Amino acid sequence: MAHDHKHNDPLPDTVLRVKSLESLLVEKGLVETAALDALVERYEKKIGPQNGAKVVARAWIDEDYKQRLLKDGSTAIAEFGFSGAQGEELVAVENTENVHNVVVCTLCSCYPWPVLGLPPVWYKSAPYRSRVVREPRKVLQEFGTELPASSEVRVWDSTAETRYLVIPRRPEGTEGFSEQDLADLVTRDSMIGVTKAKTPVNREEA
Amino acid sequence: MDGVHDMGGMHGMGPVETEENEPVFHGDWEKRMFALNNAISALGVRNIDESRHARERMAPADYLGSSYYEIWLDGLTRTLLEKGLISEEELSGAMAPQPVTTPKPALSAENVDTVMSKGATYVVDLDIAPAFSVGQIVRAKNIHPAGHTRLPRYARGHTGVVHAAYGVHVFPDANAHGPDKPQHLYNVKFSSEELWGAEGTPGDVIYIDLWNDHLEDASND
Repeated sequence: MAHDHKHNDPLPDTVLRVKSLESLLVEKGLVETAALDALVERYEKKIGPQNGAKVVARAWIDEDYKQRLLKDGSTAIAEFGFSGAQGEELVAVENTENVHNVVVCTLCSCYPWPVLGLPPVWYKSAPYRSRVVREPRKVLQEFGTELPASSEVRVWDSTAETRYLVIPRRPEGTEGFSEQDLADLVTRDSMIGVTKAKTPVNREEA
Repeated sequence: MDGVHDMGGMHGMGPVETEENEPVFHGDWEKRMFALNNAISALGVRNIDESRHARERMAPADYLGSSYYEIWLDGLTRTLLEKGLISEEELSGAMAPQPVTTPKPALSAENVDTVMSKGATYVVDLDIAPAFSVGQIVRAKNIHPAGHTRLPRYARGHTGVVHAAYGVHVFPDANAHGPDKPQHLYNVKFSSEELWGAEGTPGDVIYIDLWNDHLEDASND
């Protein structure tokens, strides 16, 4: 899956158009430059998959919390102070020995911002959006995730404002791990459901 | 609308390409585009469904050839023009910026965290009897609305089971075009084989959130 940077190079006049639009909106008093800076900073520094990792780690060590999370995701996640735009209604789904969940938005790129931050480019791309509802096992294989034929794959297409968060399986060999050590094993991709959580071994390699 | 944005199940889009250590934004223009769109949302001049529908109306070839924030740029510009908040003449510099009024004031830096942490409300406090119940067999209607819809094409005409009932919600298909028509939202479970025939995988399932108007009873089929 070598990445081709051409996908991220903007069209020739895009940068100029964004600049012109910003200038015009600022001049008209519709946006404030400092607010734009604050928005960028919030999603670059404060809101990201580290939030969701805390939620998952708590669910792994606290069965009561996990049950609350599965029953009412928004409320349980709000216990951490994570809430708001693109995550008003959060639903957690749990991976088990026999069930593997994966999330997509085929119509646009809906994604649970409060717990995962902003989506990666691949999640928003046509290949992912078109393929994962149709051939999820093949897509998962390309992410290195092999599933036994006996397991059930559940694909969640975020067509409403409901946002889905996958609780990956707790890796083996993590007995006695602290909540923070467990959170370090929870990756963005594992909470989208395209991979499993890291194991203690590949955490050390990372 | 049966637009190119409705991608579920389409062939030929190529492999999923990932990027090692992907940054949150690729370049300053993406940062500004992201921030502009969210700052405009705070003005109360358009709702999320109008915003999505504006992006869906990008010319199909342009949509497929654009990155996500380029699609946002197209959609936001289109919306602001259509709402009369900006003009082509202002954008091109042919006319000086003219004053406009908005329902809510511009977002300030101090309010960013509060506003974004609060988000919006999509649950509607209306006492409407649900037409379907959990466990009921339903069919996604074979409809092709010209306007915005959150019923993906790949589900249409297919039969599933109501997995969860989420209560009364804003209905995007109406909300994108004028007065809302709040109604019950459900999560419907479809088997892979129901959706993809012989190419489906036995045992695998796809869950789709669908509204009352997207569904019909299929329990007697």
